[in-house]
Amino acid sequence: MSLLAVHDLAVARGGLRTVEGISFSLAAGQALILRGPNGIGKTTLLRTVAGLQPPVTGRIEMAEDAVAYAAHADGLKGALTLTENLHFWAQVFGGGDVAGALAAMDLAALADRPAAALSAGQKRRLGLARLVVSRRPLWVLDEPTVSLDAASVSRFADMVRGHLGQGGAALIATHIDLGLDARVLDLTPFRARAAPAARPAGFNEAFA
Amino acid sequence: MIALLKRDLRLAIRAGGGFGLGVAFFLILCALVPFGVGPDTSALQPIAAGILWLGALLACLLSLDRIFALDHEDGSLDLLATSPLPLEGAVAVKALAHWITTGLPLIVAAPLFGILLHLPTAAIPSLLTSLLLGTPALSMLGAFGAAVTVGLRRGGLLLSLLVLPLYIPTLIFGTEMIRRGQEGGATATPLLFLAGITAGVLALVPFAAAAALRVNLR
Amino acid sequence: MSIWEYANPVKFMRTSGAVLPWVVAGAAVCTVTGLVWGFSTPDDYRQGSTVKIVFLHVPAAMMAINIWVMMLVTSLIWLIRRHHVSALAAKAAAPIGAVMTVIGLITGAVWGQPMWGTWWEWDPRLTSFLILLLFYIGYIALWSAVEDPDSAADLTGVLCLVGSVFALLSRYAVFFWNQGLHQGASLSVQSGERMSAVYRYPLYLTMLGFGLLFLSLLLVRTRTEIRRRRLAALQAREMRA
Repeated sequence: MSLLAVHDLAVARGGLRTVEGISFSLAAGQALILRGPNGIGKTTLLRTVAGLQPPVTGRIEMAEDAVAYAAHADGLKGALTLTENLHFWAQVFGGGDVAGALAAMDLAALADRPAAALSAGQKRRLGLARLVVSRRPLWVLDEPTVSLDAASVSRFADMVRGHLGQGGAALIATHIDLGLDARVLDLTPFRARAAPAARPAGFNEAFA
Repeated sequence: MIALLKRDLRLAIRAGGGFGLGVAFFLILCALVPFGVGPDTSALQPIAAGILWLGALLACLLSLDRIFALDHEDGSLDLLATSPLPLEGAVAVKALAHWITTGLPLIVAAPLFGILLHLPTAAIPSLLTSLLLGTPALSMLGAFGAAVTVGLRRGGLLLSLLVLPLYIPTLIFGTEMIRRGQEGGATATPLLFLAGITAGVLALVPFAAAAALRVNLR
Repeated sequence: MSIWEYANPVKFMRTSGAVLPWVVAGAAVCTVTGLVWGFSTPDDYRQGSTVKIVFLHVPAAMMAINIWVMMLVTSLIWLIRRHHVSALAAKAAAPIGAVMTVIGLITGAVWGQPMWGTWWEWDPRLTSFLILLLFYIGYIALWSAVEDPDSAADLTGVLCLVGSVFALLSRYAVFFWNQGLHQGASLSVQSGERMSAVYRYPLYLTMLGFGLLFLSLLLVRTRTEIRRRRLAALQAREMRA
């Protein structure tokens, strides 16, 4: 059974198409790595899959409330402790093992510190621990390893492997090798082509 | 949703000044007015109701941009939008948190400041009722303005420009109610209008605000 | 043949380009004739020559409200059917509406001075127009503040909806607040003759003229907006190529 199926998807940033004609599907236990040069639209594609913006054309099929999204910003509050931060997201997403998630990212010792005291890498790990407490089957991750050291990267890879083992799936945009047994989708061939100059006069086409 | 309310209140307390700042601004405003118009009771009494309402309105305006801006910066808003919580509900809860941290302290402080401005004690019940009924609408409309301006660089000034005209009906009926209470007249008509506006705002504006947030998130 | 065909920018540009000279000519003829005719009417026995400001005041005030209604309709069309021309027409109309509101307010002040002995009175009608001006300013400011054109169209559309409700609400709240000095409507279908025919016909002509003036300004501005949008799209395409 596939958790996510994308058919002939085109996405746009600032009113302009970035990539088009993308189709893939993710079954339980599978991961897909997105590659491509800066600005090609990896983030836009991930935000579209996460439901934060509508696709220009194409279809995205998945169960409702399946996505856990993690991007450059971690959604953490510096004034709250690590436990409080995770506990909040656990409540919003419907329960999860806060202590287990902290342990998975090796943050248990810091559990009662305010998040403002964490280093950039530790904050990142806390942001990733949130994925575990969200209990969502499909992880959509945008550059998850930014500011992580080598040990943390391998711990994160273990976490993703564990998630896949439990029947989850992951869609990850990253440039480093996580050592996952995952397919790689290079977006470069899907870059949106400029429309031919003399396009037939259709609805709204004058603007695109 | 209760988790979101608890988190916002906890943040307001921890960040410091969440509760006190609006009231302090309100106090300064009420303290400055006599310097502008003179200390006589005859000068202050007729304008006391208006000053109190304007002060509450401006104090409310001060903290509006924080409703969504901080959550937008640290990515919480993206996560809330992908969570099972309906965005309309999240907007309403955040407006409620804003009201508890800003509106409620203003209501508690208003009778004291009314005394500073020589508001007759007979008008204090209608002052409290009008603020209690009116300020939730101020927070909700403010949340709409904050949702519209959340990603913008010059958001703060624009926010005031957009939100203040929306406050006019509430202001009119709020001050009218105090004025009538002061003169011992019947306050039922402005009270019903005020309550009606607030009820309408609370019922409908969350949808407009959530729609604006979705536009700003994409 | 459906009206929605004009939502196609290409079709809109072609049709509006053909219609524009006629609309401009019509606007010029109606406005100039109406004003000249209006100013050459005899003085009113009570209000004297000041009554003649009605030929500017009433059409401008009428357009100020009608333009907001037109913006509401085009915003709804954009929000529901997502036709870009509709959103751009709303954007193009706003400054014209704001100017009409200002003309209405200034002519009102100039008229109010000899009639009521004051330049400004917090009268419900005047106050409602001032509030309308605030809504216009907020709307225009929001358009200029949002960079992404589609987001700007969405946000201003939602603002226009909420603003319309509150503009209406404010209008009635203001009546509650102050009963006012302003005379009743100068032209009214129900209340029969309020104004002598001498003034009425030139007034109708200037109202038609102001309507056509708005239409011609709207067409010119919408065409400019469409070209600007097209230019931005072409530049963006070039950047990417």
